[in-house]
Amino acid sequence: MMEPQPRIGVYICHCGTNIAATVDVAQVAEFAATLPGVVVARDYLYMCSDPGQALIQQDIKEQGLNRVVVASCSPTMHEPTFRGAAQQVGLNPYLVEMANIREQCSWVHRDREQATEKAKLLVASVVAKAALLKPLEEREVGVTPGAVVVGGGVAGMVAALDVADTGFPVYLVEKSDRLGGHVADLNRVFPTLESAAELLEPLIERVTSHPHITVLRNAEVVGMEGYVGNFTVEVRDSGIVDSGFGGDGAESTNYESTNLRTLDVGSIIVATGYDVFDPHRKPELGYGQYPNVITSLEMERRLATEDLTGFSKPVRSVAFIQCVGSRDVQVGNPYCSRVCCMYTAKQSRLVCELLPEAKVTVFFMDVRTFGKGAEEFYDEARAKGVLYRRGTVSEIYRRGDRVVLVGEDTLLGRPIDFEADLVVLAVGMEPRSDIADLSTLFKLPRSADGFFMECHPKLRPVDTVVDGVFLAGCCQGPKDIPDAITQAKAAASSALIPLIRGAVLAESATAVVDADWCAGCGMCVEVCPYGAPALDPFWGVSRINAVLCKGCGTCAVTCPSKAIRLQHFTSEQILAQVDALVE
Amino acid sequence: MALKTEPMVEQLELLGCIQCGKCTGGCPVARKTVLNIRSLIYQMLVEPELDVAAHPELWDCTCCFTCVERCPKDVRPAELIIGLRGQLVESGRIPETIGAALMGTFRQGNPTGMAREDRAAWVDGTEVKAAQEGCELLYFVCCTASYDPRVQPVARALVRAFQAADLDFGTLGTEESCCGNEVRRMGEIGLFEMLVEENSELIRSVGASRLVTTSPHCFNTFKNEYSLDGMEILHYTQLIAELIEQGRLKFSHPPNLPGREAEGKVTVTYHDPCFLGKQNHIFDEPRAILKAIPGVKLVEMDRNRERSLCCEGGGGRMWAEGTNLEERLAFQRVHEAAETGAEVLAVACPFCLLTLEDAVKVQGLESRLQVMDIMELVDLAL
Repeated sequence: MMEPQPRIGVYICHCGTNIAATVDVAQVAEFAATLPGVVVARDYLYMCSDPGQALIQQDIKEQGLNRVVVASCSPTMHEPTFRGAAQQVGLNPYLVEMANIREQCSWVHRDREQATEKAKLLVASVVAKAALLKPLEEREVGVTPGAVVVGGGVAGMVAALDVADTGFPVYLVEKSDRLGGHVADLNRVFPTLESAAELLEPLIERVTSHPHITVLRNAEVVGMEGYVGNFTVEVRDSGIVDSGFGGDGAESTNYESTNLRTLDVGSIIVATGYDVFDPHRKPELGYGQYPNVITSLEMERRLATEDLTGFSKPVRSVAFIQCVGSRDVQVGNPYCSRVCCMYTAKQSRLVCELLPEAKVTVFFMDVRTFGKGAEEFYDEARAKGVLYRRGTVSEIYRRGDRVVLVGEDTLLGRPIDFEADLVVLAVGMEPRSDIADLSTLFKLPRSADGFFMECHPKLRPVDTVVDGVFLAGCCQGPKDIPDAITQAKAAASSALIPLIRGAVLAESATAVVDADWCAGCGMCVEVCPYGAPALDPFWGVSRINAVLCKGCGTCAVTCPSKAIRLQHFTSEQILAQVDALVE
Repeated sequence: MALKTEPMVEQLELLGCIQCGKCTGGCPVARKTVLNIRSLIYQMLVEPELDVAAHPELWDCTCCFTCVERCPKDVRPAELIIGLRGQLVESGRIPETIGAALMGTFRQGNPTGMAREDRAAWVDGTEVKAAQEGCELLYFVCCTASYDPRVQPVARALVRAFQAADLDFGTLGTEESCCGNEVRRMGEIGLFEMLVEENSELIRSVGASRLVTTSPHCFNTFKNEYSLDGMEILHYTQLIAELIEQGRLKFSHPPNLPGREAEGKVTVTYHDPCFLGKQNHIFDEPRAILKAIPGVKLVEMDRNRERSLCCEGGGGRMWAEGTNLEERLAFQRVHEAAETGAEVLAVACPFCLLTLEDAVKVQGLESRLQVMDIMELVDLAL
């Protein structure tokens, strides 16, 4: 049967001014109309909008289009949108292709003329590929019910509870021997001054007694394989298992000697938390050298026991220094830790109550009290007698049994030597020291600040580039308890989508083997990161499991006899693209 | 003289400043004069013009770079001072003594303006090979160590140590010229660039694999501001510590201090020079040397390492008194040293040696405290 001639529609998006300000979109559309196979080319303000999609659908119906090329943003952003639009009017979604003229063109260039020329080339290249596209079948695969939550801090516990409350089994894997994370080290929490223990204990109680949660303490994830809906997570544990369904479904292999167990689940929530900044790395502040200088976490314990002894007697002056290890490129932490302003307001206020005679001073560069009730809390701290002085302390040294804070009061415009009996360093948050290992383990990229990177900072804040793996809490960036819990609940809800649906779409653009050409060398088996190819023991040729294949193409380029073809990215398609670019 | 602020704001990326005050807060000079670098940056940011000549306190800065080390936003505040000094240099509105130091460097290759032919007189009869004949290690002596009688013994002590360790080393003799470290910091960028060009050519022609300096100031500019084709740049404390560690330099007895009858134990405290410590993070090697000397007990001042107090000898301050002649940081520093109970205040920088020794005399601490370069202690124990 003769294949119908390609009838291609090309749609150039303005993306508001994102593209149109740099690229002459009308000129690109005009050019596209001249390309072989193109029957219609248009430009429009927002192709992803409902009227934009309707425009494409109308053309498919009225002009009999059998290929669609959208020149707009990255396919990561809107490929699903346009594929969906095509599918609604009966066009196979794999006959839609995108040219990225935003991230790869308008956003990175200034010269309008050159950017327009480049956009034309990118469009020509994708049109050339589009002519050779083949329809592919979409397939669904089943989902293993259940989730693994990594990390037993507040974020991990809340996420585990939300998933488990729907009845799905949850494994909560905690590295240490106790639940609660850093919150367990706190005294009272802002802005309500509730006791952290009263907050945490009911939560821990619910988690450990939940019929659908298995808590593995002293346990560590050591391996992860599979894909959304069907992950296999390998855990090394000490055998401390709390309640729940007692590891029902958790296959324990060689339990006695290695304590390795594999957990089969459909979703994973990563809630591995953060490390507290170590102020030894700011040697000018004298931490570890002077007993009068302590961290805010040490202060939490002091406040819990109302014990402010062991410093100069009596304690008449208490100073707090903000932003220690945060907003500081010298230690590689350019970000704000988001909690220190508020816990300093809290601690300074508690000190005012505990030591009514003492002078309590906070040295700051900016005060950021942005949460609900936070600014009001800051107002109350000052009303209680806390004095805020603008200027970051540069250095601390000893004077008798007190210390001197050397700095500048920037509002007075004068250097100051400020004597104190007790100095509290408001230490910030850092990515965990083992985050690089975790990043490799879960295949999760990190953002510039070192924390795990969400898929999109606004639209997909708990998703990751790995489908089915979600982020909760401070592993994604510093946050306070309400924010960590909000994110945990969001992650739980996202993690439930594949579990509740019971099926996920499998990648259709997979690799296929032409058995006639395959020599059975097995190189594809070796290079595949997903374990998709295997040698057929009878025929001695490679077979690729389409469910496991992610369409990465590693096997196709490795195959010495060119027996493997990656669908949707075939050699002919890629070469046509390259030809269009270099012609 | 009104300087348009915008070009320098852009060049030095001052817009990164968040006015936190850590620079002025840590500035040792801000506590004794009106110099306020944070406020100067702010004026640069918000005013269209700055009257540079109205700020004589610009010459108070010692370029200790505490501000640069502490800045959480990687703004380099001291570079603004150097830039503003450059404006003053260009218009000739500079203290007379600064002018003389620059002129001396231009004419004789050293800021004291003493004759170039006398530059190698410090050897005092010792045989030192001319590096131009070829050597593995080039010893860069420094203007101060070449001409100042108080520092010359440090250079000779280094030579004896190199000989004891059997190193193949040489010096540039009378051809050696000022490294330019302070010239750049006094704002004379043109002269600095000329020195860099001439020195680099001469140094490269020697073909040595390593260059060692007496002074942390020469070390700093060679290491961070020259590009000497992969040549390893060392301060002498690094090299001596390495020789001791390798067992190539061995001590035979405790240092026999002048004015003391018997050899024996000596308590030493060490002052970190800004250009070695704060700016190049060399804290451990000088201490390792002192600890290796038999009979030496090392005690620390409270303000040590990253918090060492500047002696006020850097950034051209050897040739300009600044606006406050009464209070000297060196006075404060020698009292801090004396409080430790140390008999010797050890230094590893010619400028620190001179400023702190003066301070000991003026403060009447001579009977209690003696200022010595680490090399002088090493020399007495070999």
